[in-house]
Amino acid sequence: MNKITNHQLYRLIVAHFAEIIREPAVIFWGVVFPILMAWGLGIAFTQKTGVHAKLAVVRTEQTLDGSKSKLSAALSENGIKQDSSYLVTLKNVKLGDAQLSYFETSSLNAYRLLKKGKVSVIVADSNKGSTYSFDPSSQEAKAAYQLASDFEQNGTQSYAKMQESIQPLTLKGTRYVDFLIPGLLGMGIMMACCWGISYTIIDRRSKKLLRRMVATPMRKTNLLIALITARFFMNLAEAVLLFIFAWIYFDVTIQGSVTALIILFMAGNIAFSGIAILISSRTASSEVGNGMINAIVTPMMVVSGVFFSYHNFPDWTISVIQYLPLTMIADSFRVIFNEGGTLIDVWREAVILASVGVTTFVIGIKTFKWY
Amino acid sequence: MIDAPFIVEVRNVKKSFKDVHAVKGVSLSIKPGEFVALLGPNGAGKTTLVEMVEGIQNPDEGEIFISGLQWKNNQHELHQLIGLSLQETRFMDKLTAYETMRLFASFYKLDAHRVDEVFALIGLEDKKKAFVDNLSGGQRQRLALGVALLNKPQILLLDEPTTGLDPNARREIWNILLGLKKSQNTSLILTSHYMEEAEYLCDRIIIMDQGTILAQGTLAEILALGSGYRSLDELFISLTGRHLYE
Repeated sequence: MNKITNHQLYRLIVAHFAEIIREPAVIFWGVVFPILMAWGLGIAFTQKTGVHAKLAVVRTEQTLDGSKSKLSAALSENGIKQDSSYLVTLKNVKLGDAQLSYFETSSLNAYRLLKKGKVSVIVADSNKGSTYSFDPSSQEAKAAYQLASDFEQNGTQSYAKMQESIQPLTLKGTRYVDFLIPGLLGMGIMMACCWGISYTIIDRRSKKLLRRMVATPMRKTNLLIALITARFFMNLAEAVLLFIFAWIYFDVTIQGSVTALIILFMAGNIAFSGIAILISSRTASSEVGNGMINAIVTPMMVVSGVFFSYHNFPDWTISVIQYLPLTMIADSFRVIFNEGGTLIDVWREAVILASVGVTTFVIGIKTFKWY
Repeated sequence: MIDAPFIVEVRNVKKSFKDVHAVKGVSLSIKPGEFVALLGPNGAGKTTLVEMVEGIQNPDEGEIFISGLQWKNNQHELHQLIGLSLQETRFMDKLTAYETMRLFASFYKLDAHRVDEVFALIGLEDKKKAFVDNLSGGQRQRLALGVALLNKPQILLLDEPTTGLDPNARREIWNILLGLKKSQNTSLILTSHYMEEAEYLCDRIIIMDQGTILAQGTLAEILALGSGYRSLDELFISLTGRHLYE
């Protein structure tokens, strides 16, 4: 009678776990998809991307008489002419090659090209030196201007020489993929808990299974704890597989404390499990549930710096963003992965996350509708 | 446990949902071993009444005693006494019939031995390893009945246990229930749209409409209420102007 396999908590955990892993799509979306995303983004942002600046050249009266301006001389020396355009390639091993395309055209047409986004800079070529017109708030135009004016003054040598003073970052923990993987691990916890736990509860409620279960001597908290526990083990498996992929393929390593990482991982699961229970505490409609889950998950996915740093957002928002659960998880994971962080560096976040989870769990269970 | 003459006593119970008076002052008593059918069209208040007996809903007024106990403060004891199946409960699709039964057995601290007994009782032994979503409608209803029988309940509350089943599947469930009556003196409250179900299974028939009891008694007593009724449906039309199964 006292066998563990007869205990309701054991049976509930086994039932929920079986339900998760027996759905083949769960394996795809939970395990394969995050790995594909890590692979795709990791590849896309680690390749050197060459700059290709496009400029429109407008000849002024002084340059129409045949005498050569500095720009014309540089173009005919280094550029490949094709119809009325020149292609200049600036070589640099460390920075990646840069290309400059100059389109000779009329003043009127130059503005048309600019408006269409086909060029970012208009060069008025003259014997006294060129004038560059562009939108100074555009990073792309600014970079194009800097390359082009350097080329006009110094030819191709100046860009090639830049490499002497450049030290490319290949150090572990400083690449984009090092930033990305901890973020993806955090996002995985959020998504799996909010969709997995909330959706299961809402589905059970609409099927009247919750109602059937509470008409037995089952302890209500056991049901929720089992749901959270089964989900936790699934999340752990997903995270380990994603990490193994990142380790083998991108050589991502954990520079800090593995113990701290595990504690933080658990705290993150507690936080989002509690949030998931609260989300799903009342509704039996999957449409309503859908909206509520999206309202919680989408803003964090955008602002919490999973894919790109949130430090580009306005200053006043950052103080708020820093305390979002997903931000705390992703940032602390990064401290451990990339900065060699230990429990001393992340205990505060772990405590806050666990408290968020416990609080939302308690509120959720107080307002919980079983039928 | 108090040795009450009635296993279930419902005294003047009322229940409203917002503006709808679902149950308007109903009283009834059920003896141990008695099978009672609640008949009536949709919206008659059958399900609400049964759910109040099950402890799922609280009555606004009136009292309900099961084996002399009220739901308040006695939930644990009463959950051990009753077995129930709800209208259209769906279990977890990706669990097998056996795993589903083991799960519910664990709530009553019962082991695999009792689960095997119940599978034999409901005649679903060859479907133990089938996933719930691969069971037919009749097999699912039998599984739901099996879950209700795990704890050897003294009172069974079945909400439309055979709705949507073909005559064969229906008769199989009826035979299981009659077997229980003989072997364990189980009481039954059953809601149904089907007159023949009530006629075949039940000692007493209660006809409800719009939250009140219109008539009750044995089939013969009820048919004797008016002259010339050949069936419950005819009686029902004369009482309410509507068909029983509307």
